[in-house]
Formats: sequence, C-alpha cells, structure tokens
Amino acid sequence: MVKSTSKEAHALFHSLRSAYAATPTNLKIIDLYVVFSVFTALIQVVYMAIVGSFPFNSFLSGVLSCIGTAVLAVCLRIQVNKENKEFKDLPPERAFADFVLCNLVLHLVIMNFLG
Amino acid sequence: MARNLGGFLVLFLAISICEAASIFQPISDSHRSAALELFSPTDGSFGSLEETYEALRTFEILGIKKRPDISAASCQSVSETLGSSTLSLKDVFHALKVNSILKCKVNDETFQGVAKRLKAVLNDASSLLDFYYSIGSLVLIKDQNSGVDVLLHDADGVFRSIKALSQSDGRWRYSSNNPESSTYAAGLALEALAGTVSLASSEIDQSLIVTLKNDIVKLFDSIEKYDDGSFYFDEKLVDAREHQGPLSTTSSVVRGFTAFASVTSGSINVPGDKILGLAKFFLGIGIPGNSKDFFNQIDSLACLESNRVSVPLILSLPATVLSLTKKDQLKVKVNTVLGSSAPPLTVKLVRAFISGTKDSSVIESLELKFDPETAVHFLDVLPKSVDVGNYKFVFEIVLHDSEDKNVYATGGQTQVPVFVTGLIKIDNAEIAVLDSDHGSVETQKQLDLAGENAVSLSANHLQKLRLSFRLATPRGNIFKPHQAFLKLRHETKVEHIFVVGNSGKQFEIILDFLGLVEKFFYLSGRYDIELTVGDAVMENSFLRAVGHVELDLPEAPEKAPRPPPLAVDPSSRYGPKAEITHIFRSPEKRPPQELSLAFLGLTLLPLVGFLIGLLRIGVNLKNFPTSAVPATFALLFHLGIAAVLLLYVLFWLKLDLFITLKTLCFLGTFLMFVGHRILSHLASTSAKLKSA
Repeated sequence: MVKSTSKEAHALFHSLRSAYAATPTNLKIIDLYVVFSVFTALIQVVYMAIVGSFPFNSFLSGVLSCIGTAVLAVCLRIQVNKENKEFKDLPPERAFADFVLCNLVLHLVIMNFLG
Repeated sequence: MARNLGGFLVLFLAISICEAASIFQPISDSHRSAALELFSPTDGSFGSLEETYEALRTFEILGIKKRPDISAASCQSVSETLGSSTLSLKDVFHALKVNSILKCKVNDETFQGVAKRLKAVLNDASSLLDFYYSIGSLVLIKDQNSGVDVLLHDADGVFRSIKALSQSDGRWRYSSNNPESSTYAAGLALEALAGTVSLASSEIDQSLIVTLKNDIVKLFDSIEKYDDGSFYFDEKLVDAREHQGPLSTTSSVVRGFTAFASVTSGSINVPGDKILGLAKFFLGIGIPGNSKDFFNQIDSLACLESNRVSVPLILSLPATVLSLTKKDQLKVKVNTVLGSSAPPLTVKLVRAFISGTKDSSVIESLELKFDPETAVHFLDVLPKSVDVGNYKFVFEIVLHDSEDKNVYATGGQTQVPVFVTGLIKIDNAEIAVLDSDHGSVETQKQLDLAGENAVSLSANHLQKLRLSFRLATPRGNIFKPHQAFLKLRHETKVEHIFVVGNSGKQFEIILDFLGLVEKFFYLSGRYDIELTVGDAVMENSFLRAVGHVELDLPEAPEKAPRPPPLAVDPSSRYGPKAEITHIFRSPEKRPPQELSLAFLGLTLLPLVGFLIGLLRIGVNLKNFPTSAVPATFALLFHLGIAAVLLLYVLFWLKLDLFITLKTLCFLGTFLMFVGHRILSHLASTSAKLKSA
C-alpha cells in the first residue's frame, strides 16, 4: 500500500516534470525569478525570527520588495503566457514594459521606506 | 505691622548714617596702609614720572619709611628726561619734582641747559600750562641746585602776562584765545604766580600782589558748601573733554593758594572757617580708591597743615557711643589734619541736647580735662542729667595762647552726635489670663525677661491675655524703647504682631480674644508668644520666647476668612531649580555582526540559484538585436534601468526626495523613449516572424 502510494506519487511527479518541461523557456525564466524572490524574502523572515525585528521598516521594505517583485513577476507570467486567451492581443513586450515600470515605482517607494 | 517695623528700622538707620557722616577724623594709620596698597610699583618703577612723584610725595607726607625701593629706575628716568634734546615741559616738570625727593645725581651742566631752555620757553609762553610748567620747573631747579641762574629779570612782565588770563570772578583761562574760565586753572595760575614771585630778581610791584589778593578773595567767594560744614571748589562749566572733579579742582586751588601765601607777606583776607571747611572736605572723603585722588587728598592736606594763613584744627571723638553702664569717659581729641598734636588749648563742652529737641540742653558749659600723656581731653563722669539717648554735643576749642588764634582755625563750635547707651532694667514683668466680664485674674505668672521663660497658659475666646512690664534706665528714669512688639505664632506658622503700648510708667498690652477671633482665623491650638524690645541705645535689646498659650476658639462659621497662604521661602522660589536629567532611549539590542553578514551572504544564495537555474534552462542572448541602431537602443534601455536603480541607491544613501524625483523625471523620460523604441522594434520583429 505504502509502496503503491509512493509509486503513484513518483508517477505524479514524473508526469508533472514532463508536463513542465514543455513550458516555454521565457515562462521558466519568470518562474525561476519568482522562486528566487520568494526565497530571498524567506531568508529575511528567518533572519527576523532569529535576531528580532529592530529596524522594522528595513525588514518590511526588504521583504515587501521581494514579495512585490514576485507578485509583479506572476502578473507578467500571466500576461505573457500564450495559453491565456484573455491576454491574446497584448504583446509580451508591452507586458514587459509594464513590469519594468511597476518595478521602478515599487522600488522608489521601497527605497523611501528603507530609512 | 511687620512693614511698619521695617520702615522704622530703615528710617532709624538712615538717620544714624547721616549723623555719623558729619564726624571728621584726622589722617591715621589706615591711610598709611591704604597708601602702600594703592601705590605699589610694578617691575621696580611706577608707570610715569608723574605717578612716581605722586607716590613718593604721598609716602613723604605720611612719613612712610618702608617704601618700595624705586630710586634706581626712577633716577635713570629722571636723568634721561632732563638730558634729552627734545624738551617736553610736562615731563621735565615731573622729573624735577621726582628729583626733589629722590636727590638723584644730576650734574650742573644738565641743570644749566634745562634752565636755559626753560627760560626761552617762558619768553614765548602764551598759554597758562606753559607758564605753569616752566616756572614750576625753574623753582624746582632753584631749590635743587643753587649754582644755576634761574632768576627772572622780567618777573613783573611774566606776572602781568599770567594775570592777563584771569577773569573778574577770580578764575582763570587756559589761554587768551580760550574764553572758558576754570577754577582748576586758577589754582595752577596761583602756583605759577607764587613761583614768579620767588624767582624774581627784584621786588615785584606791590600793587600787583594786592590785586591778586583781591582775586583770591573773589575766588573764595565762589566756594561751595556741604551741609556738614565742609567747603569745596567745583568747575562751574562741565566740559567733558578736560573736566576736573571737585577733588582735583579743590586741591589745585589749595596748592596754589598756600604756595602764594607762603611767598608773600601781609594778610590774605580768607576766613579761617573756609580753610577749616576745605580740610573737612578732604577728610570727609575717607580713603579714596584711586591713587590720583589719594595723592590730591594727602598733598592738599599737607599744604593746609603748613599754610601761613590759618592751620585748621580738627576735633574728633575716638568713640561717639558711650555706655553709662560701663562708665565710659567722654574723650575728645584735637589734632591738625595730618594727626600731629595741637597747641595748648582747652576743649569746652558748650552744651548738649537730645537730638530732635533744640531747646532743652542737658549740659551747660563744662570744661574738659586734659591728659598730656595721651593728648586726650576727657570728661571723667557724665553728669547726672545725661541719661541713655541720642544727644548732640557742642564743643568749642579755646586756645590758650592768644597769638595762636591768628595761626589756627578752630571753626567755632563743633556739633557732634553722641549715643549714650546703657543696660535697661526690666522688672514687674508678668503675664496673666483674665476673665472677660469682671476682669478677675484667672492665672498669673511672673516673667524673668532677662532669662529664659517657658510659660504655659490656656485661654478661651471669652478671656483676655495681659502682658505687662516696666523699663528703667540706669539713672532710674522710665525708658521708652523704639520697638516693643508682642508676637503670637500659631502652630501653622500664621503670625500676629501687636505693638505693646505704654501707659505712663508701665508697658502693657491686653489681648481680648473675643474681638480677635476673626483676626486669628478661628484657629484654635497652641500659640507661641515672643516679645521684642529694642532700641539703639539699649544695650540689652532682646527678642525672647516667653512661652505659649493654648487657645480654645469657636468653630469657624461658613464665611470666615481663610488664613493667608504662608509666605513662600524666597530661596525656594528664586533659588536653583532641581537639575533636569535627560533620559535617552537606550539603544536597541543589535545582533552580532557575524550573524548579520552571514545572512547577507544567505540572501545572495537565491540569486546564485537563479543564475544557475538560468544556465540549466539554457538561456541565451540570441534574441538581442544585431543591427546597430536597435542594439544601441537596447543597450541604452538597460543602461537607463541601471541608472534609475543607481539613483535609488543614492537616494537611500544621501539624496533627498526632491532631487531624486527631479532626476527621476529626466531618467524616466529617457527610459520611456528608448524603451518604447526597443520594445516596439522587438514587437515588430516577432510579428514579422509570426506572419512569416
């Protein structure tokens, strides 16, 4: 029973991996970027848990910067994905321009808040 | 009530100070020690020759032997001044004055040369100061070296040209083109004229001398007077530029007048009172604070001491407070102004009266005995009629030798305030509580006001408190002190002061508590009793706690006045406030630096993972435009983003929001432009690919 579940899980992972391999490279890059941001945020949260939240605004700006870019990257991924029929007419370049602009505005605020 | 008491004291002190000020004491040892303090040389010499002369002359007059040794430095300065080729009249004058005291070695040729040049100056002199300094210097040379020919052949002419500067009121002008006349200048002129007379080779025209004597009389008509009988000269015209104070003006006139009197014969019609008044003026100053005033005072007094017209005699009392109890003798001293002894004389106590009452004199015409050993005139025992109190004693000096009357000025009668004090006897002191309605005595206690008392009484608002005592002088008369106060102080420090009145022989106060209930603010409880009896002539004035009374007063009605708030202690109101210690927020606990750095490294790990991931996926830059123009734009686009991020870092580190936003405006526009160009290029190529 245990063996079969592990086998099934293995099969599930395998199918997921093979399905993900078919994802276009640019989407993979965005995924990787999201993962990178989230991990950076996680490390900061861990640091806060160990040391304490003394420069609280610095901590907030650090974490929010990461989460914010991750969210923006997810948005970009939604818009760039060709499967999404909703954004079929939107060129990916336009989506990228939005991404860059939003990031710049976000980081202006972050820098202001950093202290 | 307390204010009244304060006012009383102030008034009393003011009166006593005013009266004390009219006693003149001759120059004494306090002047000598003050002289040594005021004239103290720095680095072995005084500042200038003038100051040196003033110091030396003061020491000489006061007979100070132990003076600082400055002769070496001063003599060098003297010979330099006399030997120098340029002649400064004032310096030469003061150098010669210093030399007259120090007797430096100056050779005859130097004197000859100086005298020759001084005579030349004198011939062309037109201003008073030129005359004064040159004639003064010539007189000094004459005294110091008899071999030099300093005699003036045209003394009459010089006399006339100085006299030409005089005014009709006896004052002088500094020069013929200066219309302002000055009393100080008159003193200088008189001294110069006296010098001229002594330098004259032949007799001066007597008519000139007579007119000058009239001038002096006129000058003395303009003398001013203080209420205490002292006379002084002052400049009428106050000129800020060269103003001389009353002291230097008076001393200039005194110097000139005495110098002139000593070189002429015949009487000068100046009353002895005025000369005595001048002496009193100089003595009344006390000890001046600066050396110039000190010199003027001492030098003028020395001139008066030896003047030919009349020598003032000063009557002074070693003590003006006499105790009846200690049987103090009334002592009077008569000296010249510098403290040397007077000719044989008798001091008469003409009369004495209680100050404030002019008429009733308690002593009439008593002659004081003379003790030749101490040179003191004294009265053995004060007459019976003199009791404690403030008196004015009027003395008169009677000279034994009738010839002395022409030489000395005694000033007629001298009025001196004298305080006669004594121990006051206090008896019949008692304190009692009375019943209000019939006045019967409930409790009565005897008091010993000379010693300690601790009476304890109790009373209610229907009773009265009576305090009485009797005061008698050593002569057995009734004594009425300035101050007799009774003070009641409640436990809460609320005080009430009552004046103890006197009814003929006895001092008595009756406090009817019924009438005082409101004044006492209905405060029941313990009241401390304090009695104050004081007077300037009462040697045993006292402020004594008598005891206490326990008062039982009715309850306060609704509208009763509240006791006044206690006076705030001025030291607490105006004193230093408590120090403020600033409390700073303690710094937050920081983690060790290694930990933070380790986490900095950890945050970089995902980035490394990201880059590795990119490589694994197989990212390439093949889509990067290859043709020149789009490639440039692509490069510029990336540079623009980098620039904006760098700007953010700078904003974090040092820039402020305004500069950042302004710069961001330009960078943003640039970025929009290049971004639009490159992205539209990319879009068009991808569209081409699609369509193809």
